[in-house]
Amino acid sequence: MSIDQSTAAKVAKLARIKVEEDALPALADEFNTILGFIEQLNEVDVEGVEPMTSVTPQRLKRREDVVNDGNQQDKVLSNAPDAREGFFAVPKVVE
Amino acid sequence: MSDLNKLGLAEARDALRKGDTTSVELTEACLKAIDAADALNAFVHKTPEIALERAKAADTRIKAGDAPSMCGLPVGIKDLFCTKGVDSQAASNILKGFKPEYESTVSQKLVDAGSVMLGKLNMDEFAMGSSNETSAYGDVVSPWRRDGSDAKLTPGGSSGGSAAAVAADLCLAATGTDTGGSIRQPAAFTGTVGIKPTYGRCSRWGIVAFASSLDQAGPMTKSVRDAAIMLEAMAGHDPKDSTSADLAVPDFEAMLTGDIKGKKIGIPKEYRMEGMPAEIENLWADGTAMLKDAGAEIVDISLPHTKYALPAYYVIAPAEASSNLARYDGVRYGHRATLEAGDGITEMYEKTRAQGFGHEVQRRVMVGTYVLSAGFYDAYYNRARRVRTLIKKDFEDVFAAGVDAILTPATPSAAFGLGEMTDADPVQMYLNDVFTVTVNLAGLPGISVPAGLDAQGLPLGLQLIGRPWEEGDLLNTAYALEQAAGFVAKPGKWW
Repeated sequence: MSIDQSTAAKVAKLARIKVEEDALPALADEFNTILGFIEQLNEVDVEGVEPMTSVTPQRLKRREDVVNDGNQQDKVLSNAPDAREGFFAVPKVVE
Repeated sequence: MSDLNKLGLAEARDALRKGDTTSVELTEACLKAIDAADALNAFVHKTPEIALERAKAADTRIKAGDAPSMCGLPVGIKDLFCTKGVDSQAASNILKGFKPEYESTVSQKLVDAGSVMLGKLNMDEFAMGSSNETSAYGDVVSPWRRDGSDAKLTPGGSSGGSAAAVAADLCLAATGTDTGGSIRQPAAFTGTVGIKPTYGRCSRWGIVAFASSLDQAGPMTKSVRDAAIMLEAMAGHDPKDSTSADLAVPDFEAMLTGDIKGKKIGIPKEYRMEGMPAEIENLWADGTAMLKDAGAEIVDISLPHTKYALPAYYVIAPAEASSNLARYDGVRYGHRATLEAGDGITEMYEKTRAQGFGHEVQRRVMVGTYVLSAGFYDAYYNRARRVRTLIKKDFEDVFAAGVDAILTPATPSAAFGLGEMTDADPVQMYLNDVFTVTVNLAGLPGISVPAGLDAQGLPLGLQLIGRPWEEGDLLNTAYALEQAAGFVAKPGKWW
């Protein structure tokens, strides 16, 4: 599988990372090197093998379905680049 | 007492309890060493006020006879751990200025154990790297140099600041994290001890996530005994991390008898890589002989899927990273790009992430995005998870056959020079983790023990891999290896 510039641009878009047009060829090359390395996995016979979901055979713990946290709006907003009137502020989303 | 910063945890603890020194004296010695070591770029946020306040409190507790296990012992904390009110930015510009309103479970446990935080330690950005060259704070410089050379070397990564700080005696010990080798490789490069415990032994809550199914915290120390002391303080069940194990934490230090008679040590043939330097080969043979002399039974074993561990890792880790790092969107914390007129929310995300993430992080996020994207999910991500099942089964089979621990080299070479790998393709750098990454994929405990020097005077480490949840037994085997190897070299002070 070879990645061309338009695929690299699509991946950058999906990842929400702005990549300038002139950086795309180098990025595509890097992807191809890494994916070439990953291709080795095709040599492995994985017929009938379950994909791992948990490395330790433990059942996830359950907890009571109750409120155990909250009422800390100031703390939640304390690191926001732009917080106003108790909310996170972002550029206009809906026209 | 002089040179208090050069003590290990066990020695300092015993000196404190005997009244030979105080935590304030120990802490001041470390703070002085830290201020004199800016050339190493290991400590990136110093917290002397917090340190002295905790040291004073520790001295009061020691006097009152109420000293927990690490009372008064000064340590460094990797920047990946969220520490309340103290900059925690995972060595990334995207988290610049982030001061958490909470404390990670592991660093809180270290506070509860009485330890003294000296500051935050440099690392690769988001723990993605093997040389500490991807950090937004700049490279960490290893305190070690090749004989007769002043070329700057890497301390390894991603826990490079932790390794350099411990090796240079800036602190008694430090926390690290390990996703593919990030504790064990820097430990090997700097002549220190580093253990990655079984997945689930330490809570991941409050540690900036890289690849959640692989990440584990662990101690980086000057001796195996210190690793036992500190791991016990860090470990334990945490309701806030659903993958943390609800198992009792044993007294690891009490398990260090040095007696490994009758233990079965496996030597995996697949770790004998083509082109492996003779020095590594010899070190491995020496380590095998040491364990045999100590009474262990040596057996040849096979871990047939070893070769596929790195490629599987470089699907799974970036996939998880692309998901975990989606939270850095310029809305809730950290950096937000300055926008131009007409820019909407998508432009804000794209510009923020392009400015805030370094090159390696961007690359891994995008590789992860690709392998998870429609049409490739099965071919890459699901296939890698199937291979991961097989890698884990390799280990289960040898443990079922009675093997207690596995001995391997920790790294394929000694530390390399900063900048030496700049022109190499990314895969060359990834090969640093070839011996360590299998352990993360299988969720096992692994420890790196300094075992010798190469011809240029640089430290080399051996790795021991243990059965799940048997860190105590693993530490004891490591202790026997440490005693037999008798590694005492320290870097000559040039900084």
